[in-house]
Amino acid sequence: MSLLKKRRAGRNSYLIAAICLALVAVMLFPLVMSLLTSVKPPGEAALWPPNYLPSRLSFSNYVEMYKYQAGLPLYLFNSFSVAFITIGGCVILASLTGFGLARFSIPYKEFFFLLLICGMMIPYQTLLTPLYIMFSRLGIQNTRVGLAIVHTAIQLPFSIFLMRHSFEAVPSELEEAAVIDGCNSFQLLWRIFLPSVVPGIVTVALFAFLTSWNEFIGALIFMNKETMFTLPIMLVASRTGYYGSTDWGILQAGVVISIIPCVPVYLLLQKYYVSGLMTGAVK
Amino acid sequence: MYSTKSKYVGLLYITPALLFVAAFTLYPLGQLFWMSLHNWSLLGGTRLIGVGNYVRAYQDPIFWSALFFTFKYTLYLTPILMILGYLIALLTSGTSRLVKLARAIVFIPVVIGIGSSSLLWVWLFQPQIGLFNRLLVDLQVIPKPLVWFGADATLGLWGVIISITWKVVGFGMILFVVGIQSIPTEIIEGAKLDGASYWQRVRKIIVPLNYRIILLVTLVSAIGSMLAFEQFYIMTTGAPENQTITSVYWIYTNSFTYFKLGYGATLSIILMLIVVIGTAVQITLTRRRSGE
Repeated sequence: MSLLKKRRAGRNSYLIAAICLALVAVMLFPLVMSLLTSVKPPGEAALWPPNYLPSRLSFSNYVEMYKYQAGLPLYLFNSFSVAFITIGGCVILASLTGFGLARFSIPYKEFFFLLLICGMMIPYQTLLTPLYIMFSRLGIQNTRVGLAIVHTAIQLPFSIFLMRHSFEAVPSELEEAAVIDGCNSFQLLWRIFLPSVVPGIVTVALFAFLTSWNEFIGALIFMNKETMFTLPIMLVASRTGYYGSTDWGILQAGVVISIIPCVPVYLLLQKYYVSGLMTGAVK
Repeated sequence: MYSTKSKYVGLLYITPALLFVAAFTLYPLGQLFWMSLHNWSLLGGTRLIGVGNYVRAYQDPIFWSALFFTFKYTLYLTPILMILGYLIALLTSGTSRLVKLARAIVFIPVVIGIGSSSLLWVWLFQPQIGLFNRLLVDLQVIPKPLVWFGADATLGLWGVIISITWKVVGFGMILFVVGIQSIPTEIIEGAKLDGASYWQRVRKIIVPLNYRIILLVTLVSAIGSMLAFEQFYIMTTGAPENQTITSVYWIYTNSFTYFKLGYGATLSIILMLIVVIGTAVQITLTRRRSGE
């Protein structure tokens, strides 16, 4: 490389670094502001003009959020239980189905597969009206299980797709040895295959959690009793809940709480997340 | 493949999911068509009215304005997401630590809920105490804070577009990065030897090789925008005068505020058809192009 080129490359890498830092600043600005405002002392978030930084550290906004209506623990419990039932539903149904599709010859297999993943093509928002009628007849609107069924229906096609892919990737030598040893098909699934598809299961669980934890319109429609609200619905309701006017400091404390489970989960499982996104996308 | 005498063992494993999908996706889909032919209220009875709801949709000015507004939102947002996402992907497709950090941070808003991000931004945009307004004033972009979600529907639309760009630009970026990284280095090096400048390489080699992934991300983003609801429900609440009502928002209002469930079902079917046809067209485009 000539000296000139080297100098240019050096200048370019400084430029890239500068743009990256600017980008990081822009992307983090809303999150950092929300976090800083949530720890302002009472009333300070309503100051006009607003300050970027809190005058001192205070957790009173979090205390107020904790005490809101039926209490934050209940709303957290609602959100977490719906999310965990959704994870359970997706993992169990998609593992069985993925195993069946990948490892057996089934008559009309591809037709069944298409039926199972057709939900990917149908926007779930459009199915909420008939589901609402069905659930009122069954008496499961305003229940955590009911909402978890909706979330499972949203997330299942992708989960099945991913688990079929995972089971197909397991080498068949393992399987043959187990069959010779006299395993039946369920032992085969439980002992031989499940340990090999753990990354797929983690990915399915991760996506199911994020979908359910963040899902809004379904929860808005199906949970219309205050004590059944999930966190996002409760936050939107609380916007007008404080003496008719919004306390933005308390609301930002709520926003921070709603973000806390998502970001660490994503950062810890980034590897699974991106590979899951790719399998889903490349199909 | 697991050898067994009966070919129905495999069927046994997929039956639970089949039943689930039949009960909670296919049956509601059939029910949706059935409902759309009825005058259907939650408490009162139901009455078959044939295509009455479809005629009503045709004559409903808010249905048309909502549909038009949703298209407008999609047409504004999608190119912004594509171009910005691709530029960020080009910037961060390297392997240095800083670049990887930037990539991870740009992606963070994607995993946050749309409810949370909308509540966050509606506060940042607040005219008196919003810190985004304050920042724009401090940077002398605007002389005084704007009322983003007030009498001006266009400004409201742009407010939502800014917040959604922040929220989802990382989605396209991460897929584009994978696409860019999958291009063999020999091709790039060869072009370099031939004297192609960086932007020539991007235009003539990298982007054409990423054609499929670009179409895919366009499709996913466009569908997402066509189904937008939360951001408008929370940030603009449809104001002013229903000018920022989207299609899903109008379905929601009819079904769950007015309890005109039959009419809501009809609107749902129309929207579903638009989305499915759009998807089919784009998939055909992808096939044809890759078949060349």
